[in-house]
Amino acid sequence: MEASKVIHAIYNDDDVLMSAVKKVKAAKHHIEEIYTPFPVHGLDKAMGLAPTRIAITAFMYGLVGLSVAITMMNFIMIEDWPQNIGGKPSFSYLENMPAFVPIMFELTVFFAAHLMVITFYLRSKMWPFKKAENPDPRTTDDHFLMEIAVHGNESELENLLKETGAVEINLVDKEAH
Amino acid sequence: MYTFSNKLKTFSFILMILGLLGVGYGFMTSHKSFEEVEHLLEAEAHHGGGHAEEATHNTHAENTHGEEAHAADEHAKHIEHVQHQIANRPWAALYVAAFFFMMIALGVLAFYAIQIASQAGWSPVLFRVMEGITAYLLPGALIVLIIAVASGTIGHYNLFIWMDPEVVEHDKLIKGKSGFLNLPWFTIRGLIFIAGWSLYRHFSRKFSIAQDTAEDNSNFKKSFRIAAGFLVFFIYTESMMSWDWIMSVDPHWFSTLFGWYVFASMFVSGITVIALISIYLKSRGYLEFVNENHLHDVAKYMFAFSIFWTYLWFSQFMLIWYSNIPEEVTYFISRFNDYKLPFLGMVALNFVFPILMLMNADYKRIPWFVVMTGLVILFGHYIDIFNMIMPATVGDRWFIGIPEISSILLFAGLFIFVVFTALTKAPLLVKRYPFRKESEEFHY
Repeated sequence: MEASKVIHAIYNDDDVLMSAVKKVKAAKHHIEEIYTPFPVHGLDKAMGLAPTRIAITAFMYGLVGLSVAITMMNFIMIEDWPQNIGGKPSFSYLENMPAFVPIMFELTVFFAAHLMVITFYLRSKMWPFKKAENPDPRTTDDHFLMEIAVHGNESELENLLKETGAVEINLVDKEAH
Repeated sequence: MYTFSNKLKTFSFILMILGLLGVGYGFMTSHKSFEEVEHLLEAEAHHGGGHAEEATHNTHAENTHGEEAHAADEHAKHIEHVQHQIANRPWAALYVAAFFFMMIALGVLAFYAIQIASQAGWSPVLFRVMEGITAYLLPGALIVLIIAVASGTIGHYNLFIWMDPEVVEHDKLIKGKSGFLNLPWFTIRGLIFIAGWSLYRHFSRKFSIAQDTAEDNSNFKKSFRIAAGFLVFFIYTESMMSWDWIMSVDPHWFSTLFGWYVFASMFVSGITVIALISIYLKSRGYLEFVNENHLHDVAKYMFAFSIFWTYLWFSQFMLIWYSNIPEEVTYFISRFNDYKLPFLGMVALNFVFPILMLMNADYKRIPWFVVMTGLVILFGHYIDIFNMIMPATVGDRWFIGIPEISSILLFAGLFIFVVFTALTKAPLLVKRYPFRKESEEFHY
């Protein structure tokens, strides 16, 4: 069960936020989420997030694209209808391969790029008409928000967060998603 | 300050001595008399060697239908041809190795100038390593030019057939190019290239060392200006150098992107050598300010320029293969028929291997991994130069044997000696360079 109450600590400086994250982590509190208006360098490391594996998926999608290109060109140009087009040797794939390389390259890039982007959208749950999950509109402009689950330790948490330089601390009921 | 360890110095001398002995042996054994070559070819024919040339020669002889005088003439011509190829081999082996090590130094010089002109923030901690490597440029380039000129004066036109007045006399195509391809003008051009490169090298080094003790940034500004000027000069002269020193071994053939192609080869080899020497010096404890982030950046360059090289190699090959115009395509036909393994093998060495090994960001930060890939890349680019020179000089009589390996050893020894001697001449970290601090704290 998710905690029904969370604390929203708001900061107005990314350096303060970074040191706050380190302090909260050191005090062994679980940070649910952090909302920032722009990428904060090193924030994922400080939060201890696992590295992304999206590059690995892109590599595999690229291999898929390469296989699609090879299979397609081999079937069309060599197996199905091996015509003599301008004297190009269509006896085997290898003999005519240089002519296929531009397509092989482009399809590799096409598959790698597009499927990786789609993977990113799926994994980060983004699509048109999606309801924005934004606890405070200021976090898209110039404020940083750290969300911490409360397990009956409100006052202790609030004191800790005040020490870290939060400009605003709110106790809110978390909406169920 | 770096001190040239005695062990490495001895090692470089051993390389040079072994190389010299082997090169000498190559020249001693390459002078075959007419009869010797005749016997050699007969022996090869009996062994069922299946020489392509022998086969065409035989069919040719049969076609003449008893015109024995003509057949005998053909026979003599063929033997002379092979005799000439055998005599060319030590020259070509020496030339390929000399050019290979020269191009490393030239590639590093271009990389160095780009780093300064682009005001890169990550590389200043590696500047002294680059300056050390470029110390080889002046001797190395002079050696290449001397071998080229010697092959046409003391040698028997062993590298460039356009140097042979008799060939030019009977060859309309070469005759038409003799306004550009003639020995005096070739020599003067070569000296202009070398002078320009060495002047930049001399002054950039001078300003770099002066900046260490300077009060202001005037030396930095000067080095920035001459770097920009040098890059303009370099891209013209590098292109012309590749026509002169490499493309003209096939004076009937031409390619427009050849200069870029040679540039890609020299650039990636140069960057690889920067990585190898930095890793070596760091392992000896001389570059404690160089960290794995710098290695990562250098390895990214190795990766990217390996792909750039492949792009140019394939563009040149595919355009010629596709249009299949006889006067252009002979270049690749001779390589495909007689050099299949080196020609296709270098694509594996220079493209497939680096792209798979250096794609992962973590692997680019592991020294032994970069060293291993770097050695493969260097070997691949040696084969690249080998494929450019050998088909025009020794044809199907190529082999990587004593003349080739000893030439590599000779110039490797010289390269190590010159480079590491230059490294002892100045502290390995630039002082007072405006981007030094940024570079020391470079983090990716």
